[in-house]
Amino acid sequence: MRALVTFVYLFLYTPIALVVLFSFNAGRNASEFTGFSTQWYGRALSNTFLMEALRNSLIIAVTSAALAAVFGTMAAIGMERLGARTRAIFDGLFAAAIVVPGVVIGIATLVALVEVFGFINPVIAALWPGDQPPKLALGYGSIIAAHGLFTMALVTMIVKARIASLGRDIVEASSDLYATPFTTFRQIVLPQIIPSILAGFLLAFTFSFDDFIIAFFVAGSKTTLPIYVFASIRRGVTPEINAIATMVLVASLVLIFIARFLMRERTTTN
Amino acid sequence: MASASTNDIEFRSVTKNYGVVTAVTDINLTVPKGAFLALLGPSGCGKTTCLRMIGGFEQPSEGAVLIDGREMNGVPAYRRPVNMVFQHYALFPHFNVEQNVAYGLKQMRPKIAAKEIDRRVAEALEMVRLGGFAKRRIHEMSGGQQQRVALARAIVNRPSVLLLDEPLAALDKKLRSAMQIELQTLQRDLGITFVLVTHDQEEALSMADVVCVMSAGRIRQLGSPQEVYDRPVDLFVADFVGKTNRIAAAMEADGTTLRLADGSAIASGKRLASGDVIAALRPEAIHLTRKAAPSGTSFKGTVTHRIFLGSSAEYAVSVPGLGDFLITADRRSMNESDLVEPGEEVFLGFDPAAIHVFPASNA
Repeated sequence: MRALVTFVYLFLYTPIALVVLFSFNAGRNASEFTGFSTQWYGRALSNTFLMEALRNSLIIAVTSAALAAVFGTMAAIGMERLGARTRAIFDGLFAAAIVVPGVVIGIATLVALVEVFGFINPVIAALWPGDQPPKLALGYGSIIAAHGLFTMALVTMIVKARIASLGRDIVEASSDLYATPFTTFRQIVLPQIIPSILAGFLLAFTFSFDDFIIAFFVAGSKTTLPIYVFASIRRGVTPEINAIATMVLVASLVLIFIARFLMRERTTTN
Repeated sequence: MASASTNDIEFRSVTKNYGVVTAVTDINLTVPKGAFLALLGPSGCGKTTCLRMIGGFEQPSEGAVLIDGREMNGVPAYRRPVNMVFQHYALFPHFNVEQNVAYGLKQMRPKIAAKEIDRRVAEALEMVRLGGFAKRRIHEMSGGQQQRVALARAIVNRPSVLLLDEPLAALDKKLRSAMQIELQTLQRDLGITFVLVTHDQEEALSMADVVCVMSAGRIRQLGSPQEVYDRPVDLFVADFVGKTNRIAAAMEADGTTLRLADGSAIASGKRLASGDVIAALRPEAIHLTRKAAPSGTSFKGTVTHRIFLGSSAEYAVSVPGLGDFLITADRRSMNESDLVEPGEEVFLGFDPAAIHVFPASNA
């Protein structure tokens, strides 16, 4: 049993460890370690295509995660007021958004967007007074929309769990003590769900930042970091890719640990 | 504000439905200023629904709730001059004790000066004997202390009415009796109306000056603790408030003679139409003796169980033809021979006037 567990963990983590190890390789060859060097990190950071992709990824991840945090929290609060049966339906729909494969979300979003653009662009063109009407197209907007939509479900799940653990009692107590619903939300509810909203934001950020599949379908001509990595890997694995992967790995781990910490912290003091 | 009414709370034909379920039906009730009312009943009897309708957390489906003579239908909880002590205290975990207590005062408009708030918070904490605890975090307080914070948080606002939802249910027995006395003292000192919801008849009888016994969404009896205990209007009240021995009997045509199942007859203290009846007798109204009393009504039976309670003892006595009786007997001396042993033959004596008779259909 112990051997099996060891094997499973080795199988899981050896490739990742190798990526990290070879990102510090002095040589170019990916099969032998010839000495320690951080030169590939320097190369990666001075690669303009790569930096452009990183910038795109950061913009998309921050924007979509912020939208997801705001609307996901609103959805979580709104769902509190639904009847049991309606809420069960919405719960199911939100859970479905999380389990639907990325490839399906990617294709579905692409088809939907193309249909919508195909309908709206001629309308805009007809109404536009000037010569060059703006055209809706795939790009930042479409990736942000696609990421925001499915990470919103994630935020809703996390915030909803926190709200449920607060109970109706303190909301009623606040109302009993002359606080309007808005004051109750600002002074009683919000301070206690802020950690879970932040946790949701960070998870949404990592989801978006790491996502390849959905972005690949709806990115249009934009390149995100995972898309760049995928494209350059077809020209062979370079230690530069290993350096990028290591940086993404570290950043994601840090964010996820912070998110975990935020989700746990308040539940134990309650 | 001069108040228009001498009643703090009034229910006018109040009915509350949740979908197809009716929680309370046609409740009419007035609570005079300064009263200590206990809504007493088993769970699901509608007592909490009544309390929540006063607090503004529920709105009546029909009828109206009035506070201080003003109709409250549609008025949200945050605009009502009442405060509630919640069953699980519902303290704000991210505030300290002082911030919890000051919360209501800080919401009041026109604004209250910060100095005045500090003074009143300190006074309220003093009143519940939590003087040195102002800066404590809520999770650093024991259950009893949290309960006092909840109390201070409510009374600091000087509401017309204080609502208490099973406030002592989560405390242990010793703390509970201490808090019962404290609540009573507090109510007398403040002079505000208290409405207490409880399923514990002892709590209701010991604290309140008006007890409202409820069951299945209706008021069964409204009266002083003594009235409710000594003169229950029906079998439900007799059973729920205190313990009761039920004796199946038939009322003779004269309306005063009770014919028991074993054939014996006793004179009823109360007139009732003839037919099947239930005679109810309190456990403490029966005297246990080893020898038959020379006069008066008595049954002969065998002790089956004894529960020793210190200052008193409870006996179960089986009487042939009449069933099992529960008897509470005070100890008259330190002598152990006072205690009757299981298996002993005893006589049960009682004053017929202590018997309450109810129609058998009214259960």
